[in-house]
Amino acid sequence: MSGVRVLVGTRKGAFVLTSDEGRERWNVDGPHFGGWEIYHFTGSPADPDRLYASQSTGWFGQLIQRSDDGGATWTQVGNEFAYDGVPGTHQWYDGTPHPWEFERVWHLEPSPTDPETVFAGVEDAALFRSTDGGASWHELSGLREHGSGPEWQPGAGGMCLHTIVLHPTDPGRMYAAISAAGVFRSDDAGETWRPANRGLRSEGIPVPDAEVGHCVHRLAVHPSRPETLFMQKHWDVMRSDDGGDSWREVSGDLPSDFGFPIAVHAHEPETVYVVPIKSDTEHYPPDGRLRVYRSRTGGDAWEPLTRGLPQRDCYVNVLRDAMAVDSLGSCGVYFGTTGGQVYVSGDGGDGWAPIVRDLPAVLSVEVQTLS
Amino acid sequence: MIRVRLPAHLRALAHADVEVQLQVDGEVTQRAVLDAIEERFPVLRGTIREHGSGRRRSFVRFYACERDLSHEPPDAPLPPPVVSGAEPFLVVGAMAGG
Repeated sequence: MSGVRVLVGTRKGAFVLTSDEGRERWNVDGPHFGGWEIYHFTGSPADPDRLYASQSTGWFGQLIQRSDDGGATWTQVGNEFAYDGVPGTHQWYDGTPHPWEFERVWHLEPSPTDPETVFAGVEDAALFRSTDGGASWHELSGLREHGSGPEWQPGAGGMCLHTIVLHPTDPGRMYAAISAAGVFRSDDAGETWRPANRGLRSEGIPVPDAEVGHCVHRLAVHPSRPETLFMQKHWDVMRSDDGGDSWREVSGDLPSDFGFPIAVHAHEPETVYVVPIKSDTEHYPPDGRLRVYRSRTGGDAWEPLTRGLPQRDCYVNVLRDAMAVDSLGSCGVYFGTTGGQVYVSGDGGDGWAPIVRDLPAVLSVEVQTLS
Repeated sequence: MIRVRLPAHLRALAHADVEVQLQVDGEVTQRAVLDAIEERFPVLRGTIREHGSGRRRSFVRFYACERDLSHEPPDAPLPPPVVSGAEPFLVVGAMAGG
């Protein structure tokens, strides 16, 4: 089928939304794994029929599900995430040492070239890799043990490694982002790591421009410009043009520079999307108006996108993994809300329509463009 | 045979009936019963007790014979009615919303 497959993870299961290229008529399949939290649900770029889902509950812990047929059938694969050695401590919310304990998998990042290889970002923050399709997981402990780990502290959602960016062509280069520690970069396929937070400034930590301690919410990269990274931080939208060596703020005229997701247009590397959110504690759109903001200049100048989105009495949030783009000729943009809506724009954000309105709270949205 | 009742989510994972019957060799303890569950249903490894430490997950409880056995030592003998099969060993998700 030519079209798109939208993979939606929610608080109570996974859903698969499919459409042809028109993106106007949708089939909704699910819930899969009903009653379980699906923190992330994604597909392999190397084999679109290979899907991975992170499934968990507070009662029964973490599971990983794999499909080899585009979501028609599922196999439960490995769920043992054992830290290397004795993991030591990180900071607790009050600054006291707290032992490293596995809680859940926040994000799964399949290799762009090998369907059997997939990375997992977990809470408490660490990076794992599987090279056997999820059957077994091994920590890339050079990240947790690079030196600053005892200074990392949890964000409100926990101390999670939530973003993994793999360089599109250089298998050695990868980035990981942790709340609240910041961005880390590896140039040797994850063996060794260094912080990549120069230019970030956060008021909630003792030294605002410290090397680590920043609550980075999400990174986005366009595959044609792998040295340019965009970041939505706890506050501030940032960009780097030197592979994370330095960052500058591009929040510009946004109504709030707080938010969670950030995404880049599939064909325009300087077109970026964010969803401004009121904070510190409200975590809903300013003025009850759900607005995606688009910059066509790589940041600084932003325009609100409102057509088809609720412009009154809207108090949902859009979480960090809940925005994605397709790569059809007219780029589709998708996001899901904590109110259970999944919206699509088939024209790069100019107009929006709900695909579904009443799912459980949406935790993640990924899109596969099928040919 | 030892009778074990699993909560709905774990039954779904294991494709098991409401009650399963397990052969447990040697002394019938929590640990022996859980070992037998995981042997029969490998997909349940890590869901009742944690990988590595083997600790009961904090939101999982064990009941039998109208008693809460969750905090009994894992190698303590289970009550005779569980050993004889007269009563089931209950694996229960803690009463908590969500």
